Amino acid sequence: MTRTPFILRNPSVLIVLAGLAVFTVAVTLLSQAYGTGAVPTSMVKVLGKTLCLALAAVAMDLVWGYLGILSLGQMAFFALGGYMIGQWLMYARTEGIVAAQLAQGPIPATAQELQDAVTNQIFGVVGASELPLVWSFAHSLTLQLILVLAVPGLLALVFGWLAFRSRVNGVYLSILTQAMTLALALWLFQNDSGFRGNNGLSGLQNLPGLDHVDQATLSVWFLWASAAALALFYALAAWLVSGKFGSVVRAIRDDETRVRFLGYPVEGFKLVVFTLAAMITAVAGALYYPQAGIINPAEMMPIASIYLAVWVAIGGRGRLYGAVIGAVVVSLLSSWFTGGRAPSIHLPGYVVNWVDWWQVALGLSFVLVTLYAPKGIAGVFDLFSRRGDRA
Amino acid sequence: MTKLTKILMMTSALTLAHAAHAQTPEGEPIKIGVLHSLSGTMAISETTLKDTVLMLVEQQNAKGGVLGRPLEAVVVDPASDWPLFAEKARELLTVSEVDAIFGCWTSVSRKSVLPVIEELNGLLFYPVQYEGEESSKNVIYTGAAPNQQAIPAVDYMMEELGVESWALLGTDYVYPRTTNNILDAYLKDNGVAAEDIFVNYTPFGHSDWSRIVSDVVALGAGGKKVGVVSTINGDANVGFYKELAAAGVSADDIPVMAFSVGEEELSGLDTANLVGHLAAWNYFQTAESDVNTAFIEEWKAFTGDENRVTNDPMEATVIGFNAWVAAVEAAGTTDVDPVLEAIVGVEVPNLTGGTATVLPNHHITKPVLIGEIREDGQFDIVSQTEPVAGDAWTDFLPESAVLDADWPGKGCGMWNTETESCVQVQSNY
Amino acid sequence: MTRLRLIACALALLLPSSLLANPALDAVIAGNLDQIEQPSRRTVEPLVAQIAATGPEGLALLQAWADRNLGLADGRAVIVDGDDVTDAVTGAPVTATPQMLRPNSGVRGVIEQALVAGALTDPDPRRRAAALDSLARGGDAEQLTALRAALDDPDPTLAARKARMERLLTIQHDPDSAARVAAIEQMAGDVGLDFRGVLNPLLATQPLVAPEPPAGANVARELTPGSDALPREAALAQLVRQGLLQPPLSRADQRAALAANITDGAVGGVPVATLSDPAARDRAYEALEAAGAVPPAATETEAQAALEANRFYDIHVEPDAAVTEAAKAAQIRAQVRLGAMRGIDLGLDALSLASIYFLAAIGLAVTFGVMRVINMAHGEFIMMGAYTAYTVQTVIADRTLSLVVALPLAFAVTALAGVVLYRLVIRHLAHRPLETLLATFGVSIALQQLAKNIFGTQARPLTAPAWLEGSITINDVIGISSIRVAIFVLALLFLALFLFIMKRTRLGLEVRAVTQNPGMAASMGINPDRIAMMTFGLGSGIAGIAGVAIGLFAQVTSEIGQQYIVQSFMTVVVGGVGNIWGTLAGATLIGGLSKVIESFNPGNTLAAQTFMILFIIIFIQFRPRGIIPQKGRAAEV
Repeated sequence: MTRTPFILRNPSVLIVLAGLAVFTVAVTLLSQAYGTGAVPTSMVKVLGKTLCLALAAVAMDLVWGYLGILSLGQMAFFALGGYMIGQWLMYARTEGIVAAQLAQGPIPATAQELQDAVTNQIFGVVGASELPLVWSFAHSLTLQLILVLAVPGLLALVFGWLAFRSRVNGVYLSILTQAMTLALALWLFQNDSGFRGNNGLSGLQNLPGLDHVDQATLSVWFLWASAAALALFYALAAWLVSGKFGSVVRAIRDDETRVRFLGYPVEGFKLVVFTLAAMITAVAGALYYPQAGIINPAEMMPIASIYLAVWVAIGGRGRLYGAVIGAVVVSLLSSWFTGGRAPSIHLPGYVVNWVDWWQVALGLSFVLVTLYAPKGIAGVFDLFSRRGDRA
Repeated sequence: MTKLTKILMMTSALTLAHAAHAQTPEGEPIKIGVLHSLSGTMAISETTLKDTVLMLVEQQNAKGGVLGRPLEAVVVDPASDWPLFAEKARELLTVSEVDAIFGCWTSVSRKSVLPVIEELNGLLFYPVQYEGEESSKNVIYTGAAPNQQAIPAVDYMMEELGVESWALLGTDYVYPRTTNNILDAYLKDNGVAAEDIFVNYTPFGHSDWSRIVSDVVALGAGGKKVGVVSTINGDANVGFYKELAAAGVSADDIPVMAFSVGEEELSGLDTANLVGHLAAWNYFQTAESDVNTAFIEEWKAFTGDENRVTNDPMEATVIGFNAWVAAVEAAGTTDVDPVLEAIVGVEVPNLTGGTATVLPNHHITKPVLIGEIREDGQFDIVSQTEPVAGDAWTDFLPESAVLDADWPGKGCGMWNTETESCVQVQSNY
Repeated sequence: MTRLRLIACALALLLPSSLLANPALDAVIAGNLDQIEQPSRRTVEPLVAQIAATGPEGLALLQAWADRNLGLADGRAVIVDGDDVTDAVTGAPVTATPQMLRPNSGVRGVIEQALVAGALTDPDPRRRAAALDSLARGGDAEQLTALRAALDDPDPTLAARKARMERLLTIQHDPDSAARVAAIEQMAGDVGLDFRGVLNPLLATQPLVAPEPPAGANVARELTPGSDALPREAALAQLVRQGLLQPPLSRADQRAALAANITDGAVGGVPVATLSDPAARDRAYEALEAAGAVPPAATETEAQAALEANRFYDIHVEPDAAVTEAAKAAQIRAQVRLGAMRGIDLGLDALSLASIYFLAAIGLAVTFGVMRVINMAHGEFIMMGAYTAYTVQTVIADRTLSLVVALPLAFAVTALAGVVLYRLVIRHLAHRPLETLLATFGVSIALQQLAKNIFGTQARPLTAPAWLEGSITINDVIGISSIRVAIFVLALLFLALFLFIMKRTRLGLEVRAVTQNPGMAASMGINPDRIAMMTFGLGSGIAGIAGVAIGLFAQVTSEIGQQYIVQSFMTVVVGGVGNIWGTLAGATLIGGLSKVIESFNPGNTLAAQTFMILFIIIFIQFRPRGIIPQKGRAAEV
């Protein structure tokens, strides 16, 4: 094995990172906060969110494209990450408001009174009066940041351990991951779960303690953070799959039994990749929801995870930049077509309204991509490079 | 803005000065945003409201526009996706620069939009009955608060139907939860024992109702008259009413009072077995008044469909739109703050033959109507009250009983009447 | 009002006497026109009694009023019967168009109550039955007398109902304690809802606190404070409610009291700035108490003393101890039977749900067994079947006929769609199950949106024929709607049909061969491609039938398939693939389990669903290949 540097062996990583940097700088220079204002704040938020989705797609590609597990529950980790950071955002912001109000009273408030008032503000809407146990750490940013990684990671670890141990694989495993995310979503939909049920956590775009910073500026900050996270984890993922570890992982995808016979701890490898991907997805979620402003359990219904898989499939699975391309292209196209901006097509006797027909077109395009372009959009790059990425 | 439009504006201003009430409005259009889902699960309910706003805009332009300028509706599709509501609201306010937004249906979509509207000082007209416990500076609530629908309906069941044992069935989301909490407190205040209140929550689109219906029937073992208060949402009602009919539950034995079943929902059902069950709203298509007859005709002409029905949120949209037009005319500008100042106290006709007044708490006065379902899917109005003032903060929960809202007087949507202080200016979301 | 009555009387005098069949009724109507027009349940009773007292015309008027056949024309009450409009008092035909009265159901109940006594002996059996219905909603002692006089009935069913009603009214309203006890003992063990509805109010209790055992009260039991039945806090709250104990000082009250007594930045000598500490607040309050600025708070000693000085009782609302004793005994006797019946009822519900899941999942199981692919568009085939039935119903008005047409048509339409899907998509993705999953998902969302574009997002009505409406009831506890029974029968039929095809036909033999070993089957001259296509068509067709069935008891929307698809997957996975008995076992397990979990927590259906899915995830850990795993070489694929 030659010792060429990792980056040189993988020119695609360099291209992606450079492209990301150019994109971020360009958006910053065109934003309302730091530039000409040609890109409105709402667009900056859309772009920032798209970067987070791309990161989730990279994680999905690790699990599906490289490890061969079609996980239909990835968005559970994404939303859990959002919920964990959302708890702090909501609690701390409300605490600020409540403390300011209580300070006007004649007598300083006790810690209990402060907490009761915060609880009433957050949970009064959904008719609860006590702070649920799951909110015990909500006052601390550090703890909640740890939970962003720990909760989805632990869930993936336990679920993966149970599933891989009993050799559940293939379609069975896909269905099981779908069941997991559905169970979680249904549980969160209940008011009694302590996460405000269908209302979810809202007002997440206002950062506690940063009231003086306007949304135009905040949106750019989040764009930077999202771009940085995408760059970091993209490089990490690329490094991981390029070495020996990556070879074993791909071998597991292609023939699990043989790898096991060769003496590799297959379950261990699977568990590491699955858990790591869950944690990357959670980071993406934690960056996504403060930009979206609200999170509710509908975000982790099985359909969302299937869409994630579809993005990866359309972009081209088994190569990380394919996942990024798929997520960016499809999610932006979706938002353009459903935004009512796309011009209607006037056929004789019928007007094709994209709001009505976009889903049909999208659905059929999955079918066409799977049938005729299994390498996805990224397959186009093979035409330019002789070797391609033999994923 | 191009130079050309500026010139156009100036000339139009001049022409306006000469002919004050020109028949065709001229000048730069006043933009209003329409923020209703046109796709996804909520599309069915919300598309109707989008069409209503478009019809009102068309009519207003035919009448000479507002302030002599034409109205232009900017329609966006938040696709029943709650985060998308916030995104589209920001787009409407900052990119399209609309002066008012008509939109939202579910509470969660309103809560998603609230921070954006308050941050950018927009103006939202919210046309659906909701759980209350909110009064934002930037929102006018033209739908019913709980005291304009739930409480009078329960009163009717207690007094007119003699119900003593209650089943509160709802879909598991915030409107049924809060409404049932309020009703629970209200019923207990009225001497109903805790064991005579049965509460159940089901998921959206629930279809397997056999167990729940038999639980409700079993309440009859208490020897008291059983009544059902249903906050079941949308499609799930179909299965519920079918199971109810199959179990042979007649409206005389166990009356069901629904808060979310209107003319539109009944069109998905064979109503022969549901005759006599009830619904509480502030408007029914069968309301007898000249404005209503005219409105129904215009609506059918506008949609080109003889069978299109009208419903309560449509009336609320009409009231909101007319109140906004009146306030803009009074303020002489479309800027949000003067309009908000002018809108309190504005009185516009509603469709049931009375008038609706915008109150300082940004709610409006509405009569409460109780209707019995007829065979043809319409409602017989069996009770109609005088207009009731909407109460933002319910009197039946201890934490909110002390709260009040007063815009622009005290400039506060959460005024604590005991401590005489403003709890917070921004809303909870 | 009086003036109106005077005018009415004057009018009555002026009218020719032949027209005035019932002057008393005429006066009552004229005097209460506004109340007849806008009656309220709370106030209408005296008026109804007045009208009833005026004789047969009055009763006829009441009957018309209750049936919503009464109208007002020119200030006179008129009875409308089809096209005939007659004056309620004189019976003379009226030509004016009446304004119809629509009394609400509460008022109609009151009117019907007034008519009960007469209707019990009415020649029309439907009237007699309606009178009994009305009695079941509440009777009184007077009606008991009337009922006893009318016990004979030519119709044996009605006679039995009358006898039962007589017993029930005896328990409630007979003045003689012995007669009531006898009636209770006679009916003891009965699980009828009406009997339990009579019994339970007799056993209702009220809490009472008193230093001595209350004289003359029918004491249900005495409670000890601090026991499970009466926790200490509940006992204290009870004392406070009865005014025997001063309410404890709440934190909010304490805060308000302190705030009212701030002097020079301190309360009772404690600086305000330190009052964020609860202990400091207590000290400040004590200081204020000592200074006499605030009333002393209730102390623990007082509470304890009050607890010791009083005894806690549950008092029966019913004063007659003999009756409550008998009622208690009767209730205990019914309890075991009631429990068993509830179990049976739950079982029926579970069976019904299982048969629905079974129908929804067979198609999925078959295709999975033969081709190892999951068809994500399966739910949309269910939807297609439901919409087919809806479309048929809009064309054919007769519901029975439309159902007869819809079932095979739904099968044909979805089977065809399945074959098309197979030819165009699935066969090109052979041996790539995960790709198939994604491609069929694409088909699924396209079909769903297509349905929305064609049929709209509003739920569409699909109504069962009249003979499937209503329910089959064994007694008041056990009952199941007919439509669910029909679905159960349908599921059995398809199970039988399926077994027949698999075991007795050439196609079945070939399908089994391909399932077990496609390569070997192909070398024996079976065309696996054709077999796969046929099974796909069959599986999809059954999904269409399931769609019709689901549409009949639930809603027809474009999302109907999504509601059942995940459960169908679970059924297949839990049951094990490639074997219809596995699917049956899976459906039974999931259906049964969801109902059992639901019955544990009737208030929250969502929680039940969550626990069900969790159970399945855990179940898979122990039986990864399902309840009935596939054996042989196919299992290795």
